Amino acid sequence: MNQLVIGGKTLQSRLLIGTGKFPDKKIVPEVVEASGTQVVTMALRRVDLDSKEDNLLDYIPKHCTLLPNTSGARNADEAVRIARLARTMGCGNWVKIEVISDNKYLLPDNMETVRATEILAKEGFVVLPYMNPDLMSAKRLVDAGAATVMPLGAPIGTNRGIRTKELIQIIIEEIDIPVVVDAGIGRPSEAAEAMEMGADAVLVNTAIATANSPVHMGKAFHLAVQAGRLAYEAQLGRQSTYGNASSPLTGFLYEGVNS
Amino acid sequence: MSFYHVYQTIRDDDFYPMHDQTSEKDMMTILHKNILTEDDFLRLLSPMAEMYLEQAAQKAHALSLQYFGKTVLLYTPMYLANYCVNRCVYCSFNTQNVIERRQLTYNEIEEEAKAIASTGLKHILILTGECRKTTPVAYIVNAVKRLKKYFDSVGMEIYPLTEEEYKTVINAGVDSLTVYQEVYDETIYDNVHLSGPKKDYKYRLDAPERACRQKIRSVNIGPLLGLNDWRKEIFFTGMHAKYLQKKYPDVDISISLPRIKPHAGTYEARYDVNDQDLVQALMALKLFLPRVGITISTREAPDFRDNLIPLGVVKMSAGVSTEVGGHALEHGSDSQFEISDPRNVNMIKHAILKKGYQPVFKDWMPF
Ligand code: SF4
Repeated sequence: MNQLVIGGKTLQSRLLIGTGKFPDKKIVPEVVEASGTQVVTMALRRVDLDSKEDNLLDYIPKHCTLLPNTSGARNADEAVRIARLARTMGCGNWVKIEVISDNKYLLPDNMETVRATEILAKEGFVVLPYMNPDLMSAKRLVDAGAATVMPLGAPIGTNRGIRTKELIQIIIEEIDIPVVVDAGIGRPSEAAEAMEMGADAVLVNTAIATANSPVHMGKAFHLAVQAGRLAYEAQLGRQSTYGNASSPLTGFLYEGVNS
Repeated sequence: MSFYHVYQTIRDDDFYPMHDQTSEKDMMTILHKNILTEDDFLRLLSPMAEMYLEQAAQKAHALSLQYFGKTVLLYTPMYLANYCVNRCVYCSFNTQNVIERRQLTYNEIEEEAKAIASTGLKHILILTGECRKTTPVAYIVNAVKRLKKYFDSVGMEIYPLTEEEYKTVINAGVDSLTVYQEVYDETIYDNVHLSGPKKDYKYRLDAPERACRQKIRSVNIGPLLGLNDWRKEIFFTGMHAKYLQKKYPDVDISISLPRIKPHAGTYEARYDVNDQDLVQALMALKLFLPRVGITISTREAPDFRDNLIPLGVVKMSAGVSTEVGGHALEHGSDSQFEISDPRNVNMIKHAILKKGYQPVFKDWMPF
């Protein structure tokens, strides 16, 4: 399989996982192992460095890249402050930008996200911005120095699958940095679907964390992501916007060229 | 425009015909819908809906998992003072009740803070009665500044403030506000608040909105169940939450449904609200407003609280004392009301884990 490179790091696994909704922090290491993930995101507002036994960071295996997210930020300035805080706290220089000022649907604010990305990328952060799947915003994020774009498949936590398929497909075709589908994926089959579409990776939280067995579900996603990627690379899943007629109308032009 | 205008348009609605006309088919339709109308919400509060409580609970559980995961945030209240100029018939702090009155000094606040922080809690809710003379806004601001040294999140449940005052306390570090309307029915409101500034129904009703305009992070509202027909009060509460959610999308709105508890006065709840009623109320709210957080206090018994967790409770108080100085000081004061869940933080933490949920101590930081 081709490898995924984000911020100069080569990743074997195309599954990123979130830690926000687990029944117990203690199962995080087991889920990480079953899912094969190498990137684990967590809300910085939940990290409690003072607490000896309840520090989430202790449960994230050392080989994983930490991806602190700016959940709770309502505008770019707050996201920037959280990112800087994360770096000072020793969480590395990767950051997932989440700027949400709509607490009902939890939809990201693309404009503020671009603004935060620009500031943080200049400061040397590896910025992974969560966004509404809009091509022009994705382009602006690339210009701003984002390491990936992370369009949503459906609103956070809804488990509704990839409802924004057409828009994400366009982003995949047009954007040259990795595209990570984030939010909305509720089943392994939907993760496979994202991968078949050509997404570079998926980020899953709710579906794994709230399953009856998060460990088994982590494994299921691991396999689904691999299967989807394999299908994509085998070029079975690729869809073309233009018809490939079986009897081409311009075929006559080339007839006899090779004969 | 304020929620009061919305209230005026629905205050005289006769809910009962709608309740009587609710059929089993209506219930099935509602339970399969993603977005509920106000009529659907009203029907979920009907007696007919009692038959569908389990289905509603299943749906509420699924919604809650999707939005909040398997986590419950823990916090504890800290009573700063129990001086009060109001005469609310249901409360021990009522100015006419003969109880031991106390107010914490700043040093005592720090002592209490240390005791609470040693249990691991990072979220705190400060409370006072309404007495601008002993507990003016300046006192609250100083208290908040001291508490910020120990806690990530400081919430406030005090008398309603002006918008300017909300700005001051928010700047000092307050990130959440709890204001219970107590009872949305304006006539009953007038009857149970015998005297004092709290008699001003509209000023209290508009308090959350004044704080929202000043960019508070989260607002918690609710009725005090037992003062009126719970079905009506829950409907008004849901409408209030929806109004705030729509008008202030950047503010997190949550709801608590406290029931009247024994206190130092003689007033007893006029309207009974049993456990099943409370569950029905919670389910209706959850289905109508899936993103709204539900908070459950120690007014409820341990088993009942534990059983509510999978139904969508996302915030619980723990290690509670309703006395001023009840966490660290030798001589506390009289309590505001009797609590029903005396478990300490550690016990509640384990109870939550036993339910298959993660107790969260820190879910906020100032940035
Ligand atoms: S409910 Fe509040 S305002 Fe009323 S008497 Fe008690 S402390 Fe005072």
